[in-house]
Amino acid sequence: MPLRGSPSKMKGLSMTNENDIKDVDAHSGVETTGHSWDGIKELNNPLPRWWLYIFYGCIAWAVVYMVLMPALPALPFTNGSHTPGLRQHSDRAIVNTTMAEVAETRRTEANALLSASLEEIETDRDLQQFAFAMGDSLFGDNCATCHGSGGQGSKGYPNLVDDVWLWDGTLEGIEYTLRHGIRQEGDDQTRFSVMPRFGADGLLEVSDIRDLTQYVVHLSGREADAEAISRAAPIYAAQCAFCHGAEGLGDRTQGAPNLTDAEWLYGSETSEIYDTIYNARNSHMPAWSGRLSEAEIKALSVYVHSFGGGE
Amino acid sequence: MAATSLMPRRDTSSILIVGGLLAFFSLLGIIIASRAVDTAMSIQALTFAALTGIAFVTLCLWAGSLVDRDPFDSREYEDTIVKWGVAASTFWGIAGLLVGVIIALQLTWPTLFYFAEHGWTNFGRLRPLHTSAVIFAFGGNVLLATSFYVVQRTCRTRLAGGMWPWFVFWGYQIFIVLAATGYLLGVTQSKEYAEPEWYVDWWLTLVWVIYLLVFLGTLWKRKEPHIYVANWFYLSFIVTIAMLHIVNNLSVPVSFTGSKSVQVFAGVQDAMTQWWYGHNAVGFFLTTGFLAIMYYFIPKRAERPVYSYRLSIVHFWSLIFIYIWAGPHHLHYTALPQWAQTLGMTFSIMLWMPSWGGMINGVMTLSGAWDKLRTDPVIRMMIVSLAFYGMATFEGPLMSVRAVNALSHYTEWGIGHVHSGALGWVGYISFGALYCLVPWLWKKQALYSKSLVEWHFWISTIGILFYMISMWFAGITEGLMWRAYNEFGFLEYSFVETVEAKHISYMIRALGGLLYFAGALIMSYNLFRTTLGHGEASPREYSPSEASRRTPALQPAE
Repeated sequence: MPLRGSPSKMKGLSMTNENDIKDVDAHSGVETTGHSWDGIKELNNPLPRWWLYIFYGCIAWAVVYMVLMPALPALPFTNGSHTPGLRQHSDRAIVNTTMAEVAETRRTEANALLSASLEEIETDRDLQQFAFAMGDSLFGDNCATCHGSGGQGSKGYPNLVDDVWLWDGTLEGIEYTLRHGIRQEGDDQTRFSVMPRFGADGLLEVSDIRDLTQYVVHLSGREADAEAISRAAPIYAAQCAFCHGAEGLGDRTQGAPNLTDAEWLYGSETSEIYDTIYNARNSHMPAWSGRLSEAEIKALSVYVHSFGGGE
Repeated sequence: MAATSLMPRRDTSSILIVGGLLAFFSLLGIIIASRAVDTAMSIQALTFAALTGIAFVTLCLWAGSLVDRDPFDSREYEDTIVKWGVAASTFWGIAGLLVGVIIALQLTWPTLFYFAEHGWTNFGRLRPLHTSAVIFAFGGNVLLATSFYVVQRTCRTRLAGGMWPWFVFWGYQIFIVLAATGYLLGVTQSKEYAEPEWYVDWWLTLVWVIYLLVFLGTLWKRKEPHIYVANWFYLSFIVTIAMLHIVNNLSVPVSFTGSKSVQVFAGVQDAMTQWWYGHNAVGFFLTTGFLAIMYYFIPKRAERPVYSYRLSIVHFWSLIFIYIWAGPHHLHYTALPQWAQTLGMTFSIMLWMPSWGGMINGVMTLSGAWDKLRTDPVIRMMIVSLAFYGMATFEGPLMSVRAVNALSHYTEWGIGHVHSGALGWVGYISFGALYCLVPWLWKKQALYSKSLVEWHFWISTIGILFYMISMWFAGITEGLMWRAYNEFGFLEYSFVETVEAKHISYMIRALGGLLYFAGALIMSYNLFRTTLGHGEASPREYSPSEASRRTPALQPAE
């Protein structure tokens, strides 16, 4: 690239002076600055014009932006604040307005949820749509962590999609569980029951627990050790039947699971059943009444009820 | 220490002072360990005492073996320290990339390498181990090694300070070991890229200030009339990192024998200080430092003059002036006052061309030697690094625009952006410099195998592309999912759904990282065989004119 600018203009930026012998790069025909560091020389090319003009353009854009938006602090005329900018833009004000607008648009529906019964919400098309939208969002933020994003549950966290319910699968029942939780400390209406830790607390011998495990396997209709079953039958009747029922069908008023079906919250393996009898599980769900509004709890109840297992 | 009094002509006082300092620190470490108020501190202090103790004993043995040899002969360059730096760079590079691959796999399959009873294997501990290992251990050692090499060559003088450069080098390795083991022990002050606690910060401050003095001392006694552009960039890197490190780590130790400290700044001031630091660590560690490497190794390797002296002046000063203000763009839409966000954003936009100045100067230096892109994979690696540099320094200003940031912030896009700069720019210019340095330092004709460099280049480049593209895709996907609302104004997706949506991208990213890691292994093998003189790396004899260029003794050719 040929040199631009007069020699006098060049002098300011290049290190050459008139007494130096000109050193010109053979390939480009451009003069070097005349120095060499460990064999490295520097050409005296001018700044690329496109580079310079885009640089200027960016600076001009920045200046305009600073004039329009809140920008410079601590100037004499800003009274300890900053220049507000011609557009008087404020993120804080925008957030407040937006949130107020959303609350306003929701007010009608939220009020409707409060005055309607759960059955009405589920059957009224408009109310139902709103409750589903609200419930979906709430479920994702609050429930999905344990129950899975589709309510499918996982080991230790009940599946909400099927028709197996530990406590209550009706609209009102789900609402009650949401409101008061399960084994929630400090809520005297919480759903509560305790399965004893038969092994850990020394209530039964390990051999008894092994036999009971076989008995429970047998209850769910699977092959099990016949001798162990006959040994365990009286223990089951004495220790387990009160909650789980003589037939093992469970008792929803106490949250005692049905032991005869194929659904296992903590796994169906012998070792897992053994663990359950030995240590007990007594899992916990928080009460949401203090954390979610009335309308939100109603919407969530309808949403969870609609998963497919609702009664 | 026996030899120090034998030859009065030689100035070996620096050996005595460094030795004394090491003994003092080793003792201090033992005292702190014996009174430590927490287990982590006692382990850290013992590690420190052991490392400084080993350094002291080694120094004594070495000094005793000197007899009448001048260890700091001013007629020769100090190249042994550069060799150590090359070795350390390679070692830490492999370690840092390996941890990167591991945490990428942990993110993809969270139960993989998850051992609840071994807390030190958790993602939260390994993640700072990865970032610090690649930035400070790998990048830092490349910068130390190349700066010591380049400043001697371009000033035509031996490194200043006698023993002090060695204190800087080994002191820096001790810093790395303390930081890394601290992370695994759970010691952290929870500041990104500045996780080490107060005592490690103090140690690094000492090491770094001495590094600055060594560099300045070498510039001071230079035999060239002017300071070469690469040295401006190195100096800006060393000075600014000292400033950033000290200000961001202002804290009060809870106890001088404990590992915990309390930050001086709180709330949004702390956040602003942190991102002023974090952004400029990118600017002055990963940009100006590696531009210094570029300014020496590209013209040297291509045997062509630097494209434009004027561009190097203008882009240097505009870069360092503008970069320092751009930090607030990391805190858009937060409690940070909006005027500060405006400044961060506008300065980021103005930073675009100053950043590109370095790319233009580097790429255009190749004019007259474009064929080398085809014939020399090392040159190609360095030029491609400039292409990634140009891309990342365009993407950066783009992402600093508040409207874009509203989508990109907190997403994988940020991770992709960082890695196009880190893998593409910092990694490739470093690999290029290492490929140049090893044959020069070990006096070999060439590298052990040129075709292995080709393999390294292509495997790594494919790896970078996998990494970048998968993270762009994941980032934009999750950004859009986070902001999706349904007709009633409720969020459309839960957080966990956005995590599920990234699974395939995570797999591709892990594959990309693995390929990059494989490339670095190939390089290490190639460099190691080169030092042994295998393959194409036969020993090199220098002609008298070449040999004169390899010592500082002769006057400059001007």
